Amino acid sequence: MPEIAEITESYFADFTRRERRAAWLEPLRERAMERFGELGFPTTRLEDWRFTNVAPLTRTPFKMPSPVADGVTERNLDAARIEEVAALLVFVDGVFEPGFSRLRTLPAGVRAASLRDAWDSPGKSLQGHMARHADTDRNAFVALNTAMFQDGALIEIANGVVLEKPVHVLFVRAPNARGTVTHPRVLVVTGRDAQVKVIESHVGSAGTAYFTNAVTELVAGENSSVEHLKLQEEGDEAFHIGMIHSHQERSSRFVSHSVSLGARLARHDIISVMAGEGAECTLNGLYQAGGNQHVDHHTRLDHAMPHCASREYYRGILDGKSSGVFNGAIIVRKDAQKTDAIQSNKNLLLSEEATINTKPELQILADDVRCTHGATVGQLNADALFYLRARGIGFEAARHLLTRAFANDVLSRVTHIPAREQLEAKLLARLSAGWKPEEVL
Amino acid sequence: MLEIKNLRASVAGKEILRGVDLSVKKGDVHAIMGPNGSGKSTLAQVLAGHDIYKVTGGEVIYEGKGLLAMSPEDRAREGIFLAFQYPVEIPGVSNMYFLKAALNNIRKQQGLTDLDAMDFLALVREKMKLLGIDEALMNRAVNEGFSGGEKKRNEIFQMAVLEPKLAILDETDSGLDIDALRVVADGVNALRSPERAIVVVTHYQRLLNYIVPDFVHVLSAGRIVKSGGKELALELEKKGYGWLEEELQAV
Ligand SMILES: Nc1ncnc2c1ncn2[C@@H]1O[C@H](COP(=O)(O)OP(=O)(O)OP(=O)(O)O)[C@@H](O)[C@H]1O
Ligand SMILES: [Mg+2]
Repeated sequence: MPEIAEITESYFADFTRRERRAAWLEPLRERAMERFGELGFPTTRLEDWRFTNVAPLTRTPFKMPSPVADGVTERNLDAARIEEVAALLVFVDGVFEPGFSRLRTLPAGVRAASLRDAWDSPGKSLQGHMARHADTDRNAFVALNTAMFQDGALIEIANGVVLEKPVHVLFVRAPNARGTVTHPRVLVVTGRDAQVKVIESHVGSAGTAYFTNAVTELVAGENSSVEHLKLQEEGDEAFHIGMIHSHQERSSRFVSHSVSLGARLARHDIISVMAGEGAECTLNGLYQAGGNQHVDHHTRLDHAMPHCASREYYRGILDGKSSGVFNGAIIVRKDAQKTDAIQSNKNLLLSEEATINTKPELQILADDVRCTHGATVGQLNADALFYLRARGIGFEAARHLLTRAFANDVLSRVTHIPAREQLEAKLLARLSAGWKPEEVL
Repeated sequence: MLEIKNLRASVAGKEILRGVDLSVKKGDVHAIMGPNGSGKSTLAQVLAGHDIYKVTGGEVIYEGKGLLAMSPEDRAREGIFLAFQYPVEIPGVSNMYFLKAALNNIRKQQGLTDLDAMDFLALVREKMKLLGIDEALMNRAVNEGFSGGEKKRNEIFQMAVLEPKLAILDETDSGLDIDALRVVADGVNALRSPERAIVVVTHYQRLLNYIVPDFVHVLSAGRIVKSGGKELALELEKKGYGWLEEELQAV
């Protein structure tokens, strides 16, 4: 087995081999790589990583995928496509695939492009925001992504432009992705009074160990509205590490939905900075795991300015021997008076061996704030189960119905109906593995 | 239709039913009365199959089959319906969806195909009218945020849709105003037929003015201590339960 040092070596080797497209980004990349070298992969000795052991991930020298990825066809993508979107950008093994993408004429003031295409005419947003928000200094994975990312999506909405339908960014891994790593990168920038919905999905094949290290930055301009849905549906042996970093200007609204269903190990960091007065931030999350899956959400709501409101609703469904982590930090800075924050994390343990570590983390430095939080861990309600059965609904079906209802509390907040319906269907399929609820429900 | 023989049951290690005997025939309406805590709901829940109640003795034969070995869902599918004293709230599951699943499960048992959306809606509309249920209530989650009276009405509405063979109503009258009581009683009476049986658990004569029972039983400390006709309910209303206990002691 290779030593950790050798493995970091292999990332450095790839770093020197990679394509260099944007000269302006090079200094940032150099610094990020250096920082990755200094930080190294996190260990469980770090408070933020106490319950998530990435050792299995650091034991494999994941390599950049070969440029030609086989085995992904239009048909493979069917299950991942979402109806009624304004644009679809497909990335196969990290690289933009125009053939699979749908970039019909977008309204004026809307730009949705692959980063590769954008390098040549970067514009203000790209240079001004790319890698300016997500923290390369403290997070080794963000540093690694920043140093290495080859492609990804740029979504820019000009002042006052409202895009009703979502932009779908789909990252798909080829069936032969074993042993490879991609570093998907997304940047969303909205101008004043603009509105956009972005769906970011990550899908892969079962039975192959690969690594996805994603970073998404979202910058919401004054009084703009951004809804971001991330669906993590990687293959069952995959590692997914993802950072979502949002930065909100005055009176903007940001809604994040993190739906984590796949991967052997998934870690999601969501950092939301309310940097302007009157910003509103909602973080919704649903994680579902079974078998030996591990899923970790670390969220951080940073109330940096007064009169901001945050709402956080996370729910987890854990079965088999799976384990979950929810750590919800709320930071209220000294001047952030009239902060209004509500956090809730509810967990359903469907087996005796499933575990969850849930913890709020409050740092409140202002005095005039309302901040409430609550976490629950429980089984299905026995009275509700009996009530359903007493009406003729079978045991499995009743369990299923209650579990779905539990999840729908989060999924029902997704505003794009076709996406919500697809999520419900996907969850249903996962919950019922091998058993056909449609026959009895 | 239903034969309960020397039924004993306990909960949390405490014996609640201490030898209940009761025989219910098709077409009968039985009323069960009795003091608080005497075991009326326990009996109802045991018949519906709630597993927190442990049956420690006796047997129950329903339509020639041993009832106690059956799962709660199979009992429901075979035509047993319990209107709960405390209907359960189920957030996230719509009333409409729930009822459709229930009905189709029961129909399947009867060898019938699923009702399609149109026929189901027609059926539900008809029964909603019968019970004065607001359409908006149907689209809400099962019992969630319903008032006490709405919950009770919803139980009888479900019963009207599911058309059970044996309906057990546990204090369906409590929490209902006079008008609602009449509506609910009409709903129950509409179900009365020579093919069905109804067991009503109640504390009050007023329900029995509307749903006139063929038999009245008094359950006390886990046993049926007296049975009679509908006059017994009137007598209990006047005299309470004290005299019964004295009578028992005298025996
Ligand atoms: N789940 C339970 N756990 C513990 N004790 C219980 C439980 N259910 C019932 N009991 C007890 O069993 C006894 C009988 O209760 P039951 O609900 O059957 O009475 P009841 O006759 O229906 O009373 P009421 O007229 O008040 O509805 C009571 O002492 C009650 O506290
Ligand atoms: Mg009772």
